[in-house]
Amino acid sequence: MNIATDGLIMGLNALQLMFYFAAILAIVASVKVVTGKNTVHALLYLVVSLLAVAVCFYLMGAPFAAGLEVIVYAGAILVLFVFAIMMFGLGQDETLNSPVSRGFTLSNISLWMGPSLIALLLLVELIFAIDNAAIQEKLTANVIHAKQVGILLYGPYLLAVEIASFLLLAGLIAGYHLAKPDGASVANQNETGEPL
Amino acid sequence: MSAIPLSHVLILASILFTIGFAGVIVRKNTLFILMSLEVMLNAVGVAFIGAGSVWQQADGQVMFILVLTLAAAEVAVGLALLIQMQKRFKSLDIDLLSKLKG
Repeated sequence: MNIATDGLIMGLNALQLMFYFAAILAIVASVKVVTGKNTVHALLYLVVSLLAVAVCFYLMGAPFAAGLEVIVYAGAILVLFVFAIMMFGLGQDETLNSPVSRGFTLSNISLWMGPSLIALLLLVELIFAIDNAAIQEKLTANVIHAKQVGILLYGPYLLAVEIASFLLLAGLIAGYHLAKPDGASVANQNETGEPL
Repeated sequence: MSAIPLSHVLILASILFTIGFAGVIVRKNTLFILMSLEVMLNAVGVAFIGAGSVWQQADGQVMFILVLTLAAAEVAVGLALLIQMQKRFKSLDIDLLSKLKG
């Protein structure tokens, strides 16, 4: 058994094994997102899933994309989700689905244990990848630097960048208009003198 | 040539995409549908980065950045719509939206 697993590790290389490990963590976390009951806990698993995919990006030789994934997805978009959930005021729904928290019970621990365990495994894997000289050598051999991405982004893909900026502007205006409180539109109508 | 074969990257991307798609189809809470959409867009990003790393071209990362902006805009509009829905129906059940027809 031990010899067989050793042979397997030799056959596949360490970089590949680490990629599969991060991929499995990403899949597990994504399944927990989709099957979750409590919104905030599912959100926690979504953060962990995005971090696992960021580790996959790093191991695929795209450190710039990995950084963007952490900053934009796990940072900005997830904060947007958290603020929206706060605005929903789901107080009653959340307490209906969440288990009763009394004392230091097993179900109480398992709420935060899952995401933190997966995040800890990812951290260990990332430290191992940074520390291991052989993996670093293999990674630097086929890394795509941010400079190449920037040159391409503002060269042939300039029009796509413009279109993306229009998309973000549209998102900004739509977000402002749709999330505006009802009182604001009524006040505007009063000012313009339209009958209510 | 990357150390990770492209087929395995694509398998990971398709598994993640299927999980997200199942979430979009199955869940009734609209917030979970938005989260599943995020998982699906993320899977697309995995496929782009994997292809870019196999062919050693930066185009994959450029497309990933465009997908990222798309996801940001989509989430902003989607969450604003959800706030409206919560205001009108006092619930996030997507079946309530069938009242919109006609």
